[in-house]
Amino acid sequence: MTPTTLTSFTPVLASLVSLLAVLPIVYFGRKPNLREGFTFLAGFIKLGLVLSMLPIILAGNTIEYTLWEIVPNLSIAFRVDSFGMIFALVASSLWIVTSLYSVGYMRGLKEHSQTRFYSFFAISLSATIGVAFSANLLTLYLFYEMLSLATYPLVTHHQDKEARTGGRTYLTYLLSTSIGFVLPALIFIFLKTGSSMDFTSGGFLSGHIGASEALVLLLLFTFGFAKAGLMPFHSWLPGAMVAPTPVSALLHAVAVVKVGAFCIIRVYTGVFGIDFLSNLDLGTMITWIAAFTIITSSLIALTQDNLKRRLAFSTVGQLAYIILGVALLTPYGLTGSMMHIAMHAFGKITLFFCAGAIFQATGKKYISEMVGIGKRMPITMIAFFIGSMSVVGLPFAGGFWSKFYLLWGTVSDGQHFMLIVLLISSLLNAAYFFPIVFKAFFCKPEESLFENKIQEAHPCAVIALSLTALGSIFLLSIRI
Amino acid sequence: MIEQSPAFILLAPFFTAIFIALVGIRFRWICFPLVLISLTLSVIASVCTLFRVLDEGTLRYFLGGWAPPFGIEFRIDGLNALVAIVITVVALITGIYSRQRVLAETPDKVSQFYTLYLLLVAGLVGMVITGDAFNLYVLLEISSLTSYGLIAMGPKRATLATFKYIIMGTIGASFYLLGVGYLYIKTGSLNMLDIHEQLVANNLLGSQSVMVAFIMITIGVWIKMAFFPLHSWLPNAYAFAPTTTSSLLAPLVTKVMIYVMIRMMLTVFGVEYTFIQLDWSNIVIWMSVIAILSGSVMALAQTDLRKMLAFLIIAEVGYMVGGVWLADQSGMIGAIYHIISDAFMTLCVFLFAGIVFAKTGNRNINAVEGMFKKMPLTMMAFIVGAFSLIGIPPTCGFFSKWYLIQGGINSGHWEFVIALLLSSLINAILFFRIIEIAYFGANPAEGHGHHHTEEPKRSEASPSMLIPLLCTAALLLAIGIFNDPIIRIITDFVVATGLR
Repeated sequence: MTPTTLTSFTPVLASLVSLLAVLPIVYFGRKPNLREGFTFLAGFIKLGLVLSMLPIILAGNTIEYTLWEIVPNLSIAFRVDSFGMIFALVASSLWIVTSLYSVGYMRGLKEHSQTRFYSFFAISLSATIGVAFSANLLTLYLFYEMLSLATYPLVTHHQDKEARTGGRTYLTYLLSTSIGFVLPALIFIFLKTGSSMDFTSGGFLSGHIGASEALVLLLLFTFGFAKAGLMPFHSWLPGAMVAPTPVSALLHAVAVVKVGAFCIIRVYTGVFGIDFLSNLDLGTMITWIAAFTIITSSLIALTQDNLKRRLAFSTVGQLAYIILGVALLTPYGLTGSMMHIAMHAFGKITLFFCAGAIFQATGKKYISEMVGIGKRMPITMIAFFIGSMSVVGLPFAGGFWSKFYLLWGTVSDGQHFMLIVLLISSLLNAAYFFPIVFKAFFCKPEESLFENKIQEAHPCAVIALSLTALGSIFLLSIRI
Repeated sequence: MIEQSPAFILLAPFFTAIFIALVGIRFRWICFPLVLISLTLSVIASVCTLFRVLDEGTLRYFLGGWAPPFGIEFRIDGLNALVAIVITVVALITGIYSRQRVLAETPDKVSQFYTLYLLLVAGLVGMVITGDAFNLYVLLEISSLTSYGLIAMGPKRATLATFKYIIMGTIGASFYLLGVGYLYIKTGSLNMLDIHEQLVANNLLGSQSVMVAFIMITIGVWIKMAFFPLHSWLPNAYAFAPTTTSSLLAPLVTKVMIYVMIRMMLTVFGVEYTFIQLDWSNIVIWMSVIAILSGSVMALAQTDLRKMLAFLIIAEVGYMVGGVWLADQSGMIGAIYHIISDAFMTLCVFLFAGIVFAKTGNRNINAVEGMFKKMPLTMMAFIVGAFSLIGIPPTCGFFSKWYLIQGGINSGHWEFVIALLLSSLINAILFFRIIEIAYFGANPAEGHGHHHTEEPKRSEASPSMLIPLLCTAALLLAIGIFNDPIIRIITDFVVATGLR
């Protein structure tokens, strides 16, 4: 069957549904159960809409919808292809789980301004799906900015001094890079090509610009999408850890950071084109930056005692894997990158859920205070173990496949140095995760800081983290 | 009736002003409804005029039936029809907003205030639609004199600010008049189109006196639009004026002067002369880069909310002057589009500043503390305005930057592109400082301490102030999302002038 292009309003709806849900969420702000009901309703409708497009995409077709021409030659347009589909599936399914977790976490801690929290969460999801289904650079940029701004109230939810500092770092990095780097690159490309800037499978820049211009543009995009956290533009990520844990979990392990990585992959494949980049040999430089980020962030993660900060630095490293994979400019590397978006999402969200559950149940934030916690919260810590296996890439969880493809990508391209980087980094990952689990379960009774009595976090939170942990294992059985 | 629409734009506020001056002192209640009626008429007339221009092409309206070059002519094309709509709509929105503030801030001078207000609007709109260079001077003086009066109605410090403005404003107007005088000597005509034809027909474009005229007019207009470093009159005048006055002056006066500059450069002197023969683009663009950056940086140093916004206007003037002088089609389109979008952005933030002042009586930016809880709708509208000034899509500020940056890249003026981007970032800092204060409070608590504080009660401003603000915010989004038709009108105008 030949691939066809269908026109359908569904991708627009899939993005809009959570934005529309803001109205009832605000309206029923004083009735928490009803309010959360609408969050779940929107979540399931969103997932349903995304799933309804899955068979069409699996059959090799694409779905398009053009809203309107906003600037001559340039439209706000949506397009669904397989890569966008993977990302949308991950984001929309994890939103439901995170909502469940949020109910447990936010109610368990009696947080203030929960209506605002759920509203902006829904807006952020609209922006995320919008990014996944963008058909051209302008639409992508629009949703990218929307996501930066909609997550600001979430990051600074506590409204204290620490949140203000974190929020400042967050916006400074994200806005200055998107306005300072991406916007001029965007306009430059528009002027050079005069085209609609639609993503095409082979890229559309080839033949319009020279090698030096391509180099500058590539750097502007790679660092401009600072949500991907490539060093030296990574500091916002640990700074944003002041947010409540559900926010850190969904936005900083899945939506925000993955949007950054997604945008970079989109630009490499859909704007530059892999062939164009490899002809100019521009991938090597990016792989080196990514390799540096991987090793450095893993080493920093080793030194962090605050669990959420350790996870944040781990995220910086894992994102650099994705960039490295695509910058190898080989099919295996690219597959590995795309898979790693999904696999790492499930693994890392589990880890964040666990960190939040521990904080909610015991008030502990620091790893040194978690000795023996496995006796008190066994389910949480088992989930933590599964999550860390997935992130490290051991063959018992989904993360194995993506690491496998990434490694294969380096070998097939003869990049032995990158192979060594990936392997060392995996060892470092193991070194900063497994001691936590080990100390939690196998400590001497006199070392244990907790009584030998099982007391887990709020049930909603426990269910959510078990689901994502099971999801990580389940992903092992999927091969793309 | 419809043939008279250009005249109606000007005459509705003009005659009402005279009527209010006569009757308003006895019957104070009549002022506000009359202002609204006249401005609504003016809005309708300007919209009609725009549609007629779109249908029929350039309109020529001979005042009193006297044909040019002897009589006064209103000459309306796509450019000034758009600017006329902007002026009348801003005046109407501010008019609605003024209902309570005028009674509160100048209770003993209500009729005088409204008389001057309408005369000012008549002057501004007249400057835009007239096709006569000397007539423009007369209307310039009308609008200047009325604005001096309106600003001086403010509290004590406004008097000195007005005095400064009078001195600078008069110098600026004199420069302009001198320039027109030189042109009159050379061509014997005051009609803009006729001057241009005479200049070309008699081969006068190489003449030294025409160049002097060009310089005089440009400098005069620059003083009036507060182009850095000729800006010193503006910040205090706008910061200490009554809130209604600054909400009317801030969006309009500088923008109208930009229009006059464009009109003089493109219609009177012509593209050929200003951009090719004189070729001063490089100098002027560097000046505008300095204007943009210094305006933004000075805004950072302010603690007075309205003064901060006033310095932002100076930066925005730099955007437009730079955009015009890029000598590039996209740059010109961006500059003209920015006249429209900046008028409404400035209106939005100044209305917000007015509401904050009305609610708290405090000029400092710390006055916005806790506003997200107390006045969520007001803050929402403000955020739209702030995002537009930063240039976040899909607000209109993004699209004016979009075209201006295109112009900068096209013409190779990278310094202008960088200045625009930097100023966007500085604007982000400026506005997020305000948003932070509103969201966290001026001194946020250490640690996780916000759980048990009493939630402050909601208390929005009264509808007569809130609704204009919300309308303006909605307009910002609408102008941004549906920028295409506006851009088409502007493009037609720019292409017709021969700029490439």
